[in-house]
Amino acid sequence: MAEVKNNKRRSFLQLSTISLGAVGTAAFIWPFLKSMNPAEDTLALGSTEVNIADIEEGQGITVKWRGKPVFIRKRTQQEITEAKTVNLEDLKDPAIDDDRVKKDEWLVLVGICTHLGCVPLGQKITDMKGEYNGWYCPCHGSHYDSSGRIRKGPAPTNLAVPPYKFINDTTIKIG
Amino acid sequence: MSGPAEPKKYKNPVLNWIEFRLPIISYFEREYGDYPMPKNCNYFWSFGALATIILVVMIVSGIFLAMNYTPHTDMAFDSVERIMRDVNYGWLLRYIHSNGAAFFFIVIYIHILRGMYYGSYKYPRELNWILGVFIYLLMMATSFLGYTLPWGQMSYWGATVITNLFSAIPIIGEGLKTWLLGDYTVGNATLNRFFALHYVLPFVIFGVVALHVAAVHVHGSNNPAGIDIKSKGDTVTFFPYMLFKDALAVCAFGVLISAVIFFGPNLMAEVDNYIPADPLVTPAHIVPNWYLAPFYAILRAVPDKLGGVLLMFGAIAILFFLPWLDRSKVRSCNYRPMYKWFMMLFFVNFFILGYVGLKPAEGLYLLIARLGLIYYFGFFLIITPFINWIEKPKTLPASISDIYLGMNK
Repeated sequence: MAEVKNNKRRSFLQLSTISLGAVGTAAFIWPFLKSMNPAEDTLALGSTEVNIADIEEGQGITVKWRGKPVFIRKRTQQEITEAKTVNLEDLKDPAIDDDRVKKDEWLVLVGICTHLGCVPLGQKITDMKGEYNGWYCPCHGSHYDSSGRIRKGPAPTNLAVPPYKFINDTTIKIG
Repeated sequence: MSGPAEPKKYKNPVLNWIEFRLPIISYFEREYGDYPMPKNCNYFWSFGALATIILVVMIVSGIFLAMNYTPHTDMAFDSVERIMRDVNYGWLLRYIHSNGAAFFFIVIYIHILRGMYYGSYKYPRELNWILGVFIYLLMMATSFLGYTLPWGQMSYWGATVITNLFSAIPIIGEGLKTWLLGDYTVGNATLNRFFALHYVLPFVIFGVVALHVAAVHVHGSNNPAGIDIKSKGDTVTFFPYMLFKDALAVCAFGVLISAVIFFGPNLMAEVDNYIPADPLVTPAHIVPNWYLAPFYAILRAVPDKLGGVLLMFGAIAILFFLPWLDRSKVRSCNYRPMYKWFMMLFFVNFFILGYVGLKPAEGLYLLIARLGLIYYFGFFLIITPFINWIEKPKTLPASISDIYLGMNK
């Protein structure tokens, strides 16, 4: 090794060999990791259409979308007023109700508590609805209001609003 | 902190810390750094490294396939099709795995034939050879189990035929077969246990490979001249010489296997296996994977159920005894003018047996299979033990370095 004169050339070769090897290894690993993502057929199930014609005011239904519960509630006038008039400074994760609904009476939410993933109570008439007349998570006591916003308890953010649109007056497409 | 000062072998303190508690750093230095390799080893000595790398690739691709595979008779075929169509890069994983299996056998066959030609199985490497034959046996079992999993027609009928081999055993045969299948025919219980075993056996293979490598490192690698290392001048260190030679072999092999995976992924596959398994219809001709075909040819060449099964298993079992069947002290066929040609003929014969094993067992093919069968056993039982009565080996060079001195004259 003492005889090696052109050290620059040697280190260039070393560096380029190592880089090429690293790129090759990464290219080899990529398909393996990618295969663990949802497959095409799973993605094809990414949207659900729901008929909402039979839902009465004040009633909520739960549908499954991408394996998760989605709450659809037809809110009463009182619930809408409560949701609209709340003082934003009282909210842990401030958001106005108008940004969370497309039509005032229809509230669509992903029914998963943002704390640790339990499904909050409040869909059935007999359920506890928490102190803010929305939902109450039995796992660690998070209270959500009638816009699905976190008001009290350990959850960090509001219940998520999934992407959805009204296909017509009686059908919602989620996803 | 008050203990005696730890030895400082390396500049890096982390390495020293590990080395003092588990001397794994010096182990790798000794076995894969300074390890002396005969300097005349040719590229045939790279196939052990190639085989190890394929084994790892097979285990990794297999684990990712298993994440998407369902071992149930109603769902297995569809889950494989889902891997091919819907899972991201699923087609690539499956083609790597299926062609990887074929290339694993190509590499292993070259590795075995190299060991036979250069006499690597002889003293003091007999146990190494036996471990190798075990690996080969485990590989055959694993590939057979894996071939059942896609639950196509070839999977189903291949499994049926192979498990029926056990029914040839007198008295306990039928009971043994039912016990293996967990059912009266190949069924859901069979598929479940085949999947479980197919998943675990590669790890067993990995363990035996570790022993195989450890064993060859005890006395060092054989070489094309088949003579012992006499001095340090006969060797080069594993790093960097052999490591880079193996790396180059891996690159060349990578190009070859990629060409097949991307441009001819079904070259070595049977079309019938894309038809879902049907227990009521046997395909017109049912063939094993090509890499098991020589033994299948032997099975069919014998016109007796039990006899065929015995000779087929005997053809594999006889490999275990090769180190004791060969009485010659000379290892390498390069210095055995007669045995060399019988050895070449053995390779060709094995290839021909494989070819006729994939053809219908009738007429000329059957005759060729029978001749091949006779030579296969004749080679091991007559030629190998007794040829040194008449063969005069060439003079061996005094040392490995002497080979090169002679060339410069």
